[in-house]
Amino acid sequence: MMESLSRSAARNIFFGGSLFFFLAFAGLTAHSHWYMVNVSTDKEGLTESVAAGKHVWEKHSCINCHSLIGEGAYFAPELGNVWTRYGGRENPDAARAGIKGWIKAQPLNVPGRRQMPKFDLSEEELDNLVDFFRWADSINTQGWPPHPVG
Amino acid sequence: MKYETQRVALPFFAVAMALFALQVIFGILAATVYVLPEFMVEMVPFHIMRMSHTNLLIVWLLIGFMGCTYFLMPEEAETEIHSPLIAYIQLAIFAVAGAGALVSYQFGIHEGREFLEQPLWSKILITISFLLFLYNTSMTLLRGRRTAINSILMLGLWLAAIFWFFAFYNPSNLALDKLYWWWIVHVWVEGVWELIMASLLAYLLIKLTGVDREIIEKWLYVIIGLALFSGLLGTGHHYYWIGAPGYWQPIGSFFSTLEVAPFFAMVMFAFYMFWKGRRNHPNKAAMLWTLGSATVAFFGAGVWGFMHTLHWVNYYTHGTQVTAAHGHLAFYGAYVMMVLAVVTYAMPQLRRIQPFNQIINMWSFWLMTASMCFMTFTLTFAGVVQTHLQRVMGINYMEVQEQLSLFYMMRLGAGCVVAVAAVVFLWAVFGPAREELPAGETGVANA
Repeated sequence: MMESLSRSAARNIFFGGSLFFFLAFAGLTAHSHWYMVNVSTDKEGLTESVAAGKHVWEKHSCINCHSLIGEGAYFAPELGNVWTRYGGRENPDAARAGIKGWIKAQPLNVPGRRQMPKFDLSEEELDNLVDFFRWADSINTQGWPPHPVG
Repeated sequence: MKYETQRVALPFFAVAMALFALQVIFGILAATVYVLPEFMVEMVPFHIMRMSHTNLLIVWLLIGFMGCTYFLMPEEAETEIHSPLIAYIQLAIFAVAGAGALVSYQFGIHEGREFLEQPLWSKILITISFLLFLYNTSMTLLRGRRTAINSILMLGLWLAAIFWFFAFYNPSNLALDKLYWWWIVHVWVEGVWELIMASLLAYLLIKLTGVDREIIEKWLYVIIGLALFSGLLGTGHHYYWIGAPGYWQPIGSFFSTLEVAPFFAMVMFAFYMFWKGRRNHPNKAAMLWTLGSATVAFFGAGVWGFMHTLHWVNYYTHGTQVTAAHGHLAFYGAYVMMVLAVVTYAMPQLRRIQPFNQIINMWSFWLMTASMCFMTFTLTFAGVVQTHLQRVMGINYMEVQEQLSLFYMMRLGAGCVVAVAAVVFLWAVFGPAREELPAGETGVANA
């Protein structure tokens, strides 16, 4: 096979094929962009508070311990569906209080248990963060995770 | 070393190796926290250790790629580097950006997306440095001979820089954020970085085996063709569960299965050229790293990637230690080993001596490779157990983690051996030069 292929033919196949696959990838990404904005995520629900909550999430680099929809550090629990896990879909007030209380209780100082640092978040920041979790929980993730434990 | 300006590579390799050592140290610290959760908890929390570990890897590999480029470009282009001064300046800028980011992390100053934690000023400095590097090397290429190797290397580096600009786009919509975040992370390591890796591999094979350039360069085009044809739409394997349309499941599964092909082709390529080649190059250690890189990349990136890439498998394994296992061996085989191969090949020439300290260099190869494989096996077992307990049985995350402690202890042990191997490697390439050739090879040297 390799004998009958010349170097310039190999080069042309590389450039032509790569361009084709790049255009296919870019096109599907553009469609996915549209789909994510209009179909799979809550467009109206993406409030300023949710955006501020994402900023709180980033400011403290939560992703370097936790995972969010399966991406992150795998050192601490999945939080993409933490709203569901706290029963937020049935009782939003209790879930909000529960998540906020958990964050404020850190570090737990249980010997031999992984420690979450204390982050000194204001009430507003805590509410933003919970709004962000609630919004993230509403993304249509094609049925992932397989079990609510995350 | 035919061209005086190839010496520019030396400080790049020195800085890269120093950051490599730091990366291993932060890796060991983080692995220790898995075993002893209270370890350094007040001083350096886990998330800081982890971002330091991953960022150092990316920064030293990039500096390593730059060093490799400066070393091979004059030989390939048959002309001196456009401006050694620009090279030193851009190295200084990059080192300040990388080291500055690392120091700022220790004070909790960082951005918040995984692997893109560098503060904005650091990102801007990295961009400036990279553009200076591209200018300097492209000018050299334009002035000299264009070969498939230096053209593809530059194409890979330019594309890496272009996709890097997605680092500056951070939408509030988390799903969109993830969609474009992968345009850097995946398109780099499973796309354009493979162009860099393949061209470095081709360069080393020409030098070490003496096989005809015509044959090597044809293989090179085939390999990078396979890499981009499979790798671009292979990004789909990251789009299964993040809010993207369902069509990514068949597309991602199909094309990311094909992502094994370029790595398989690289192993075939490396060993075929090795057997075919008639040149008995005295740098046996460089040959070992070269063949090792192709082999471990095939297993780490190819086999371990395929293991959890089909969407009905990934549904259960996504975000478990299986991913960590794959990440460690893939980066080690494809990129760490390739840079170490070029360093091992280049250092005797940069120091203007015959190949030296080859026995201890090869010791570091076997120690490091064996312990990285062992680390990967322990994380794979941890990931399989985790997948079953957490994703199938539905047991709570923290309870499952307690069941994995044995694997984490063994991972820490493997990490410590990696550290020893890294010290041995640094000693082999930068330490005093002793024996020139492995025993039994002296006849060849004297001939």
